[in-house]
Amino acid sequence: MISKGKTDQVTINLDGQDVEVPAGMNLVDAVALHGKEIPHYCYHPQLSVAGNCRMCLIEMGTPMRDRGTGEAILEEDGSPKIGWVPKPVIGCGTNVSPGMHVKTESEMVTGCREGIMEFLLVNHPLDCPICDQAGECRLQEFATDYGRGYSRYKERKNVKPKRTRLGPRVTLDDERCILCSRCIRFSQEVAKDDVLGFVDRGSFSTLTCFPGKELANNYSLNTVDICPVGALTSTDFRFKMRVWFLKETLSICPESSAGCNTLVSSREGEIHRIAPRRNDAVNDSWMTDSGRALYKQVKSDDRLKTPLVDREESTMEDALHSTVNALQGKSVGVVGSCNSTVEEQYLLNRLAKEAKAKKYLRGHFGEDDGILLSADRTPNLRGALITGLASSYPTEHLSSLAQALKKDRLETLIVVGEDLIDSKVDAELLSGVQIIYLGTHENATSNLARVVIPTLTSFEKSGSFVNRGFFLQGFQQAVPGPAGLLPDVSVLARLINELTGEGESSSDIDSIWKDMARSSTSPLKGLSFSDCKKDGIQLDGSKWADLAFVEKKALHYQPNAKPKDG
Amino acid sequence: MTAKNSPKERRIILKHADDPNYSNRLGCYLREGGYEMLSKALKMKPEEIGAEVLKSGVRGRGGAGFPAGMKWKFLDRKSGKPIYLICNADESEPGTFKDRQIMYKDPHQLIEGMMIAAYAIQAKQAFIYIRAEFFEGARILERAIAEAKEKGFCGEKILGSDYSCDLVVHRGAGAYICGEETGLIESLEGKRPNPRIKPPFFPAVLGLYQCPTIVNNVETLCNVKHILEMGGDEFAKIGKPNNTGTRIWCVSGQVKKPGYYEFECGALTLGEMIFDVCGGLLPGRSLKAVIPGGSSAKILRADERFVGKHKDGTDFDWGIEDVPLDFDGPMAAGSMSGSGGIIVMDDTVDIVEAMANINAFYAHESCGQCTPCREGCLWMKKITTRMCDGDAREEDPEMLLSIANQIEGRTICAFGEAAAWPTQSFVTKFRDEFVKKAKHSKRSKNSLQLI
Repeated sequence: MISKGKTDQVTINLDGQDVEVPAGMNLVDAVALHGKEIPHYCYHPQLSVAGNCRMCLIEMGTPMRDRGTGEAILEEDGSPKIGWVPKPVIGCGTNVSPGMHVKTESEMVTGCREGIMEFLLVNHPLDCPICDQAGECRLQEFATDYGRGYSRYKERKNVKPKRTRLGPRVTLDDERCILCSRCIRFSQEVAKDDVLGFVDRGSFSTLTCFPGKELANNYSLNTVDICPVGALTSTDFRFKMRVWFLKETLSICPESSAGCNTLVSSREGEIHRIAPRRNDAVNDSWMTDSGRALYKQVKSDDRLKTPLVDREESTMEDALHSTVNALQGKSVGVVGSCNSTVEEQYLLNRLAKEAKAKKYLRGHFGEDDGILLSADRTPNLRGALITGLASSYPTEHLSSLAQALKKDRLETLIVVGEDLIDSKVDAELLSGVQIIYLGTHENATSNLARVVIPTLTSFEKSGSFVNRGFFLQGFQQAVPGPAGLLPDVSVLARLINELTGEGESSSDIDSIWKDMARSSTSPLKGLSFSDCKKDGIQLDGSKWADLAFVEKKALHYQPNAKPKDG
Repeated sequence: MTAKNSPKERRIILKHADDPNYSNRLGCYLREGGYEMLSKALKMKPEEIGAEVLKSGVRGRGGAGFPAGMKWKFLDRKSGKPIYLICNADESEPGTFKDRQIMYKDPHQLIEGMMIAAYAIQAKQAFIYIRAEFFEGARILERAIAEAKEKGFCGEKILGSDYSCDLVVHRGAGAYICGEETGLIESLEGKRPNPRIKPPFFPAVLGLYQCPTIVNNVETLCNVKHILEMGGDEFAKIGKPNNTGTRIWCVSGQVKKPGYYEFECGALTLGEMIFDVCGGLLPGRSLKAVIPGGSSAKILRADERFVGKHKDGTDFDWGIEDVPLDFDGPMAAGSMSGSGGIIVMDDTVDIVEAMANINAFYAHESCGQCTPCREGCLWMKKITTRMCDGDAREEDPEMLLSIANQIEGRTICAFGEAAAWPTQSFVTKFRDEFVKKAKHSKRSKNSLQLI
């Protein structure tokens, strides 16, 4: 994902071997392409270069040229003469150029790394046994590679604040801080909330918030992710779990149409944290704090866990049976959801067709922060367009549904996840309508429903979303859902099969994809679920270019040139 | 004032400085022909002035000794961005007090030199970055600038020409690192003075506000005026080839007459400076060591021999008193002339305590940005302080050396070397004293208090 399309390649000499790398690339990244590592702390590919940790010191030389004529100077054997920089240079401050020679394994380089490692550890508290970073700590990793194994430091270590509250979600342990300034640069350059800085000088330098400020922006937890050591910790995750016990699942954040790539960390069926996963075309390495907190919904009190029929606890079988009865031969309306996966929307659309139902869809909108929280607060509005569940751009309120109800034309309503009352549909209009509610959490509509079929959150199922840039991105099930529940696709497939009386509709995700990919007009043509599991696929969204999408210009997102109004 | 056979001072920069009839006011400066060179300069083409400065071979007086004319040539003039001139008046190298004399006693000379330089590089704006501790200096300069502005020597349409350049005094916030040119630029921009990485931030290309910037020392900029007065070729005849002009040496330590002395480069040796110009050591003392160029320079031991070859191939074999005082002499002796701060130490100096003071300074002044300097300086300080506190260990000298070697050449700016060189040279040259410290760990009762 680093270089899109064809970039110019240049040849550099890496530890004696000629290798091809993209022209102008940062040396740290270029070397990584060839399976070698230049250890570093302060360098981050998506932040400006600070060059302060000095861990990435390497030897570098460029072909020498005659000052007068500009011609290359050659060795006796005809090879270009290399002018080695007499001092070690920082890899992160070096961009590759043709013919550059680099040594990453020489004695001088190893000596530099060992020296820097020793310096970084002299005032480090070495409290790994109680440190959250342990297990995913660069300091531990490079200390293993370049550490002395014993300490020559006989003096007293510096003492600094151990638990500074930087903001509502971030706690700082200053003694562990190696002053790499990643968090400062992130706050300035990505979050655009310049609140962090160093005070004092020399080895007593201390990271802190500016007076009267706090690290409270919605991206504050990214500083915890990019902290190469255990200095910045998530107040939520602090001291809760050792990271080596955690299982990591590739997922997509359902918070908004930005579609941040995430890693969901869980242990024994319980989610402990969500962190961003690097995708340079979507979210770089970042995500919102609010998106990380979404896992708390999984175990929230208002979670629906048992099927209800006429408000009585029931079995899944009974609930499905009652649903089919409520659909057959009735005039039906379907309220879909932009929170559903592409697969669910596809099946719901088929169900609507089988039930000859009218389809309704609402959008959820909020403030666009211009970064990774988009104005469209659902992950899959574009999926609804692609699957045909929506034929026009969803509105905030379901006024067309309210009108249809006024004309008394609907007997049964299937509602997926939405709250009709909240969508400006009067509760009085709903009396006499049989509501089938499929959703994860209780709301006013589920309380009115004749049948409630609890469904799964995106952490408990697999599927795919289409983000604001028409990137189709798949996600995997991270944790099991509540006992006895079926995945949403299984529920929908069962209902379709009951209505048609045929057993052809499968709830297997790959079979759904086979069906979806069959349509010659769909952007999903020829695709399969496994295609979108890792990096996502750019779909052709030109068909919907005229729609007035609400998203504003943001990270890796450029709105359509002609929005409806300004 | 000086002894009979001692070399004569040649005062160019400090010509009027100590004249009892001379003040730092504009009238006085004008009486002595002040601002005539600025008027001459404005009638020349800017590049002609640059050419004269290049011809003069004048080397930077701030410490590194880089030819000023070359520095000006590196300036990026194609970018279309405004060009800035900064006078580095942060004089903070321990043992150095020359710029202070110029600014306090002859501020208009600096202003004239700066305006000529500003015109030569076509600067849009000029700054004097003065160290925080020079309260009085800042006041004097501000008054002088106001006087000069009133007479049209700086500011809008200088002396009726089409060239305008404002000059302002910016006071530092009290840190040694502000003297490092990129640190100074950061500080001038209103930030922590963390030096920038080079590449890419060479001031001549990406300096103040990412615009091409020239940073010159006070003494260097004053020289510009005299280069214009004499012509580059004539100026180059002062001193020695590659060591042109005069230098102001600041002598401190246990000599009878410490002070500042301006000599032609290479006109005298270190021995002549100490024993003739400065009247020799205090009675009954003998010379132990000299730091020739500010505390960052490597120490020279009194009984050392400095043997080697000059660039022209001739051999030299010097004792400490034979080291010529210019740029290349101390360099040939393995040290540097740096900022011209000669620190003389006699036999009463406890070398480990001197080391402890120097280390305390660098540990306090390290900006803390990059790892080797930040951690290494404090570590060295902790060791030398402990050694002086009566807990010296046999392995300490080796430890110090090892730490210094881990700093040198691995830092963002030259502070790393500035902090490593004293330790490297002290420990290598006075290892016996460091070892002795471990055996007799008690401090003598009349020792001075350490920093």
